[in-house]
Amino acid sequence: MAGLTLNHFLVLGLILFLLGGYCVLARRNAIGILLGIELILNAANINYVAFSFYGGQAAKYDGQVFAIFVIMLAAAEAVIGLAIVLAIYQNLRTIDVSATESLSG
Amino acid sequence: MELGNLASLQAFYPELLLTAATLVIVLIDLLTSDKSWLGEVALISTSGALLLIGVGPLDGGAWLFRRMLVYDSFSIFFRALIALAALVAVWMSIGSQEVRRCEQGEYYSILLASALGMLLMTESANLLMAYLSLEFVSLTSYVLTGILRHNRRSQEAALKYLIYGGVASGTMIYGMSWIFGMAGSLDFMAINRALFATSHIPVLAVFIALVLILSGLGYKVASVPFHMWAPDVYEGAPIPITTFLAVGSKAAGFALMTRFFYPAISHLGPDGNWQPLNQVAWPQLLLVVCIITMTLGNLAALQQQNMKRMLAYSSIAQAGYALMGFVLLSNDGLIAMLVYLFAYYVMDAGAFLVVMIVANLTGSEDISAYRGLAWRRGGALLAISLTIFLLSLTGIPATIGFIGKFYVFAAAIRERFYILAVIGILNSVVSLYYYMRPVKAMFLEQPVDSVSAVTVEYWNYGLMGVLALATIFLGLYPPPIISFASNSLRFFISSS
Repeated sequence: MAGLTLNHFLVLGLILFLLGGYCVLARRNAIGILLGIELILNAANINYVAFSFYGGQAAKYDGQVFAIFVIMLAAAEAVIGLAIVLAIYQNLRTIDVSATESLSG
Repeated sequence: MELGNLASLQAFYPELLLTAATLVIVLIDLLTSDKSWLGEVALISTSGALLLIGVGPLDGGAWLFRRMLVYDSFSIFFRALIALAALVAVWMSIGSQEVRRCEQGEYYSILLASALGMLLMTESANLLMAYLSLEFVSLTSYVLTGILRHNRRSQEAALKYLIYGGVASGTMIYGMSWIFGMAGSLDFMAINRALFATSHIPVLAVFIALVLILSGLGYKVASVPFHMWAPDVYEGAPIPITTFLAVGSKAAGFALMTRFFYPAISHLGPDGNWQPLNQVAWPQLLLVVCIITMTLGNLAALQQQNMKRMLAYSSIAQAGYALMGFVLLSNDGLIAMLVYLFAYYVMDAGAFLVVMIVANLTGSEDISAYRGLAWRRGGALLAISLTIFLLSLTGIPATIGFIGKFYVFAAAIRERFYILAVIGILNSVVSLYYYMRPVKAMFLEQPVDSVSAVTVEYWNYGLMGVLALATIFLGLYPPPIISFASNSLRFFISSS
């Protein structure tokens, strides 16, 4: 790992986080938005693992365990998300979020 | 006291009971064809959980499960509040026509699982546990919101909830990762020690991390700017679920937020005032959030025609009042917040219950459906109860809402937040206008349908009576709830 420092990973995490945020804001497609959320979660994962790796003995495994839990919950969230998107598709015949406007005001 | 895994179970009976009940309901659902009594099973389990919370075994508190959870009087208050919210939600579900049409087994098991997640939220003492429990509540709430599979509004509400919730909790764990990096631990007490150990903390980085974390917590309590999901979700979800989210989920959010912002990143001074981290301006930020939350909630509620949507905006405003107690950085403020949250539980659950009864009768949630309700045969009791709940939400004396508002405003004045108190009082005046619109419709307008009588099941009448009497009784004689709240404000923070 010559030349790689904590900062490299943090910048990578930040870039992923911003890309995820952009994806959520810019996409109109529900699946695209779910993908953006996954990017945000992975940005956090990179931070946890990097802090854990460079953070010394006290928290050696905490960050890695956190990352594993986040991966698991991201899967659970994707399952529920896709089920809801499927139900929306059956009702509306589209998964464009701008079509979901019967609730507003 | 730090308990190991097995020893912790003695303080964990309510959660164990709910876990068992969730599994039992799934099993019964698979094995039998008559599912009409699953609601009663859920009702018995939530009452059992409430009783078990009441007979908690330990004095003074303890760390459970190797410092993942904490058991103290603060968590008992919120666990009791959440168990009460679950009890009301299950009771309402049994009397609701919307819920009778969906899968009973799925519905009740997920509802109890959601209550379990909320209980865990109130006890979390570790960032990992906080995230897991918050996400547990979120995932179950998405499903409950979208449980009416062929109802377009319910599906839309679930999708919006999912998107807002996913972004908010993702942002929150990104913020938590920065706190983890700076403090080197996920444990709340270790974070506290690490952040207070040096005087040179990176102020800006801590502040940004706290703002990111606030996105997840603010989304749970529906404070500005993370409130956008609330009106849509409250309108689209079945009414018992709306009640559960408005009361239970919000209380759990306040519990976790208090535990994180107070014992974890502040120090308690000898005079009952809390010292926040040096130069980290989260109290100022939350003060602004609180003012905008109550003002925006009240202004947006003014023009709503749908009762559920109006109550949704009103619950955003109510969260703003509770936040008033939160930003004062004193034990008095926090006690006022607890009193307010309890008052909010009683009156908001009551108001939603009446909305559900009227929706059962007329199939409509619009304010126009309430026209002349008081003068229809059998409708007087309904109209009077709704009036009591709405007066209480406004904060008129002799109701529990007045006690809640009085304590919050009094605490603000005692801490010299005069402008905040004035804004709060002005907001209450504004809210009177929209809370009185249904009352005017019920009493002063001609009934749409003066022929057919209003019939309400005794099941629903019973709960409505209890909530209405509690609103009045605790409004006239508040000491029980005041002493419960002030005894509950003890965080277990021994570091050994």
